[in-house]
Formats: sequence, C-alpha cells, structure tokens
Amino acid sequence: MAKNEIKYLTAIKSDKRVKKFCRFKKYGIRYIDYKDVEFLKKFLNEQGKLLPRRLSGNSLKYQRKVSDAVKKARQMALLPYVTDLLK
Amino acid sequence: MNNYELMVIFTPVLSDDEFKAEQKKYAKLVTDAGGSIIAENPWGLKSLAYPIQKKTTGLYWVMEYTANADFNEKLKIQLLRDESVLRHLCTKLDKYAVEYNAKKRSGVKTGTEKAVEA
Repeated sequence: MAKNEIKYLTAIKSDKRVKKFCRFKKYGIRYIDYKDVEFLKKFLNEQGKLLPRRLSGNSLKYQRKVSDAVKKARQMALLPYVTDLLK
Repeated sequence: MNNYELMVIFTPVLSDDEFKAEQKKYAKLVTDAGGSIIAENPWGLKSLAYPIQKKTTGLYWVMEYTANADFNEKLKIQLLRDESVLRHLCTKLDKYAVEYNAKKRSGVKTGTEKAVEA
C-alpha cells in the first residue's frame, strides 16, 4: 500500500456545478412579449406559477419584466391563473 | 406622442363582418384623435385559458398605434361601454418593444428563439 494514499471519509464532489445565467443578459433580449406564450411557459411550473429566480437564474431586472408579462398574459386569458398539467 | 399596443377580446358570437366593423371602429377612433396606426393583427378565434363571461372562446385583435397620452382614457371609456368586448389591455411600448414588434412583423429573428431552445 502506497504511503501517500489519502482516504477521505466522505466522497469529494468531482463534477462542478454548471453556473446558472440570466438568459436575457446572455442573449441580449431587451423586451419580453406577453403575447409569446410558449416563451413565457419557460418560466412557469406545471401549475402555472412563476418559477423563482433561484431556479430560473434570471437577474432581478428581467425577473420583474417576466412577472409583468406573465400577469398581462393571464389577464388576457392567454395563460391560466391556476391549472394542473400546464406543460 | 407615444407608442401603444391594444389587445382586445371580442365575444365569439360576432360574425366576420361585425368583427371587421368593430376593428374599423376602433382604428377610426385612433386616427380621428390624431394618432396613427402602425400595425393591425386580427388573431381571430382562439380558446381562452379560462372562461370569461361564461364564454370559452374569444376573437383576439391586436393593434399597434401612436397617440397622445390623453387619448387612452377616451378609448378606455369606449371599450368598457362596448358590449361585444370581453376584455382589453393597453400597453405602453418602450423603444425596445417597438424594435421587437418591428422585427417580428418583418420576420427577422428577435433573439428569443435561442432562449426558447435553451
């Protein structure tokens, strides 16, 4: 047995986590259209609720715009307020 | 003068001619008030995400226009009075929104396609 072999009690995490990014900043999107339902669905869960920034990775500025767009879409019956199995 | 976008949901009971007459009526209101229409887009019959006034479908119509800031109050009164309007939404467009709409109309990529895939 080699002398300098080190054993760890807990396994070391080898795979690095992929850093989340704000897709609006990355792709240079400046305006979020409330009419583009398919795009807005990216930021909703199955019940039609908004995903938190923690999960979507949006910056605060664009998260606010996303939420405004989703709320407009809901008013105009493009998106439901409450539902099951949206996707 | 500002850029605005109006989306109206009409009742699905309107016939094609009535639907067109309604569109014309509101377009005329804008031009009479000194505004100009940039684009009109009748989406036609679409199912609603939830029932409004016990109706499950609606006739959608989107119009982009420029008008003075005080015009929208008058337009709102007309829309609320109209029995055939289920719902309306007026949005002020900033310069990015105007650019986005222009790109979308001419079929140029708006940049959201990449994000949809991602």
